[in-house]
Amino acid sequence: MIEVFETLAEYFSLKYVISALIVGVLISVCSSLLGVSLVLKRCSMIGDGLSHVAFGALALASVLGFAPLAFSVPIVVIAAVILLRISENAKIGGDAAIAMISSASLALGVIFVSLSGMNTDITSYMFGSLVALERGDVIISVILSVFILVFYLLFFKRIFAVTFDENFARATGISTEIYKTAIAIITAITIAVGMRVIGAMLISALVIFPALTSMRIFGSFRGVAISSVIVAGVCAFVGISASCLFSLPAGASIVVSNMAAFCVFSVIGFFKRRLNKG
Amino acid sequence: MKNKTTHLIECKNVSLSYDGNCVLENANFYVDRGDYLCIVGENGSGKSTLVKALLSLKKVSQGEIIFASDVGCKKIGYLPQRTNVQKDFPATVREVVLSGCLGTSLSPIWSLSDKLKADRNMERLGIGDIAGRCFRDLSGGQQQRALLARALCAAGSILLLDEPTAGLDPIVTKEMYRILEELNREEGMTIIMVSHDFDAAMRYATKILHLERSVKFFGARDEYMESDVFGRWGNDRGL
Repeated sequence: MIEVFETLAEYFSLKYVISALIVGVLISVCSSLLGVSLVLKRCSMIGDGLSHVAFGALALASVLGFAPLAFSVPIVVIAAVILLRISENAKIGGDAAIAMISSASLALGVIFVSLSGMNTDITSYMFGSLVALERGDVIISVILSVFILVFYLLFFKRIFAVTFDENFARATGISTEIYKTAIAIITAITIAVGMRVIGAMLISALVIFPALTSMRIFGSFRGVAISSVIVAGVCAFVGISASCLFSLPAGASIVVSNMAAFCVFSVIGFFKRRLNKG
Repeated sequence: MKNKTTHLIECKNVSLSYDGNCVLENANFYVDRGDYLCIVGENGSGKSTLVKALLSLKKVSQGEIIFASDVGCKKIGYLPQRTNVQKDFPATVREVVLSGCLGTSLSPIWSLSDKLKADRNMERLGIGDIAGRCFRDLSGGQQQRALLARALCAAGSILLLDEPTAGLDPIVTKEMYRILEELNREEGMTIIMVSHDFDAAMRYATKILHLERSVKFFGARDEYMESDVFGRWGNDRGL
């Protein structure tokens, strides 16, 4: 057991592992907070769609030789606003439209990749990698998470009202559009930034899992939000540690530890409900 | 330049449309303080659209809705129809009721007066003891009371209810009507209610607004019961 910790300590003294740990944990925490609103608003598909759009954008950036983040963030933000509009307009079949956009972006991304010749950068975008990070990614994810945390703390009451009952919130004079658009845009940025560690195919799991996991046990909005943040942070840490120790892909390890947390919480939730009834 | 009205709310020649289709044409009616107004009519008669317009969730395509100078549409306590989203939403009763206190304050935390207001409204509706319970675990009647308490937190002196008893069992429905009657009689709360429950509308309302894409009847309940509109509608329903 002590050997395990020694090996871990060795890894954690490496600069790139520390960067990955910071970005991984922060992005997980951000996604989980956003996930609470998205899951409860039945908009989880937006996260999935955005990650595919982000993949397409990154692939295009690498073909054109542009800086990956600077190029993809604006595209994903625009996609977020469009996806939000589509998912609200039930007439065009919101879910089908999102599925269409997301698979189309993926297809375009794959074509861009083959045009530029298979390069490792792109595969790391799909499934995530610890080494793909640069100093800029770390700084951006720190700024982003501070921003999201402050946003949620300041507007928690309103975010609850808009998530719980949009019509009522509008009737009391809250401009719900602003909050929804803000959440969609922040989600887009979070996904574009986090994609390189977690991977485009897996990052939407970070949006969905912590919220669903916390809902197994907690019955208050505040409880779910706080628990999601903690679950997301712990799972990211455990996932990245496991990825170092057993040389597993980082993104997949984080998602699997989220899955484990979901199972544990489900079992606890089951017994908690039994206890309450009995 | 805003027009004034001697009533609490006055609708003048209001027309409403969805995607260019007119759902309500040229409606004229008013609401006075202390009224208990029931809006009745078949599905698709424009009732729910009118509710949205009263809350300014929807723009009127013609005419205007005028509020008395001391009230505004933001002072209406709104009880919407329950949606599916809320059925498994993790929120305590207190969180739900408090969200009615939002108003225009930008403060990130709830003030003491907001908390007291929420507590008072929960006590008033007899749900003070379940304030910490999860909304999704409640019965339909308890959920509806929690939503009514939230509406009371937002209400100045007007409550607007959209089918408040839909999906409730007869005993809970009766209890709901009793609460509304009490609020109307004892606290002078103005109540505007959209209802499919024809018998209840006849029993409790003081005024009736009957819609069928236009106003078929507007006036006191007793006049309504003697009118042709009521006769025809009553016959259709086998009354």
